[in-house]
Amino acid sequence: MEIVKTKYFTFAHPPHELELENGEKLGPIKVAYETYGTLNEQKSNAILILHALSGDAHAAGFHAGDKKPGWWDNMIGPGKAFDTDKYFIICSNVLGSCRGTTGPSSINPKTGREYALEFPVISISDMVNVQRHLLDHLGIEKLLSVAGGSMGGMQALQWLASYPDRLDSAILIATAAKHSPQQIAFDEVGRQAILADPHWNDGRYYGGQLPAKGLSVARMIGHITYMSDISMSEKFGRRIGNNGRPHKLSTGFEVEEYLHYRGNNFVKRFDANSYLYITKAIDSFDVSGGKDLQEVFRGVGAKMLVLSFKFDWLYPSSQSLELVRAFKLAGVDTTYCEINSTYGHDAFLLEVEEETHLIKHFLENVARGNGAISGSGTVGTRIKIQGD
Amino acid sequence: MEPSSSVLDLGCGDGELLALLVKEKGVKAKGIDINEQAIHECIAKGLSVLHGDIDEGLLDYADKSFDYVILNQTFQQLRKPDAVLREALRVGKEAIVSFPNFAHFSARLQIFFAGRTPVTQSLPHKWYDTPNLHFLSISDFVEYCKMRNIHIKRAEFVSGDRKIHMFPNLLALVGIFLITGGQTGRLEG
Repeated sequence: MEIVKTKYFTFAHPPHELELENGEKLGPIKVAYETYGTLNEQKSNAILILHALSGDAHAAGFHAGDKKPGWWDNMIGPGKAFDTDKYFIICSNVLGSCRGTTGPSSINPKTGREYALEFPVISISDMVNVQRHLLDHLGIEKLLSVAGGSMGGMQALQWLASYPDRLDSAILIATAAKHSPQQIAFDEVGRQAILADPHWNDGRYYGGQLPAKGLSVARMIGHITYMSDISMSEKFGRRIGNNGRPHKLSTGFEVEEYLHYRGNNFVKRFDANSYLYITKAIDSFDVSGGKDLQEVFRGVGAKMLVLSFKFDWLYPSSQSLELVRAFKLAGVDTTYCEINSTYGHDAFLLEVEEETHLIKHFLENVARGNGAISGSGTVGTRIKIQGD
Repeated sequence: MEPSSSVLDLGCGDGELLALLVKEKGVKAKGIDINEQAIHECIAKGLSVLHGDIDEGLLDYADKSFDYVILNQTFQQLRKPDAVLREALRVGKEAIVSFPNFAHFSARLQIFFAGRTPVTQSLPHKWYDTPNLHFLSISDFVEYCKMRNIHIKRAEFVSGDRKIHMFPNLLALVGIFLITGGQTGRLEG
């Protein structure tokens, strides 16, 4: 794909701030987003990609000068699963993040300094509301699909609950209707690691020393939960790494160096407060809203594609099957596949071939249904959409 | 089948039958299969399918939510055929069951004269690699339906592409039954 650029959309200017789920108000809100492909004349070929915890708007293509493409580049592009020759792909950074969209590291216009813990507690449904405002701005009434893995899947579920009439389909990958105690527990250890870092300083660390150790440990725990026993054994075995032993009790195994590397890298691109706010949003999420899950989805006309991975123990297949069961009882048209992958939760970023086959055909089927693709698979007249 | 009937195919395989029913009869089709490759092939045919084990009680559908539930050459491969058929008749107004006839004369001859586990056109596998877990005859199934209060609305018997009208338990390779009723409720174990 060609060079892509992140675009920005700002809304909720005072006094018209966005009312959040908890009743607090927030504004203005800046949203970082990218688009790939072209919106057709009927505006019926738009797909919203929803990123996971640490993701961002840069899902595909290259930023000028970058060597690495966007985080889901192997899935988005001409001829790929999310085929930019056919579809108009949108990906935005979530509310509360630190990758261009307003979050705790943004400047609070009322005080002139970073929000830090003055930032209101946000939820998955607040993230989705912000995305809805972006779509309104882009003039897209109905999406061909929303798609995401992990926390991205939670946003897709919230889209179904909040705006079922604005979707033709949803692709839910390795996700859950709500976090289990085990999932919450891992997140809490990550949060505690950040809070225990003396540099965290009640969230007021901007401009000074960052709570790097805490955030890096949080990320290390995360990475353990994203892999499987098999994938770790294959990747590292019990090999000793190259960095030696920094102190006499270090064992120097490769797996440790990998985790250190991942942790240290993460600190360079992610904000500790965002990590706290977003993991709280994930852990608090329950798409059922206390109701019977099937009642939430009753009347949903959108088609579902639910994917899980056999060795994903963080978001096990049983959580996807809970969703499938609710869809069945609610009469929602659903396709489900458990992909036999030995990667753990990371599989949703790695099992490109399987996902491509399933998603490509699923989307073509949905697009034939809504007229975005004619029977023969060709695309209607296309027009360019104006960026900001 | 009426157009726009709803059909659930248990053990739909690559979706060939469902795709045909969609094309020819315009049915609303749904399939379940345990094989991942089968799910890929079904999606490529535009079908809505679920990946799962029917034996694990996957049928979380409301009562009578399908016009037809199909068990096409699946019945004899289930671990719990009795429990699954009961579920099939709960979620479906009618069920269509087809299975290979173990009492076909060629099978009888192989057992009787050669003393060997039979291999026939409809039971093509050797004993060591067969996916079939249960071996039943057409008479067995009729008897079973009586025992379970299942009403047989229609039965067809075939041998290759020929229909069999006389002595089906001896001459038919495959029995196809359209059934309804039976004892409702889930059978555990």
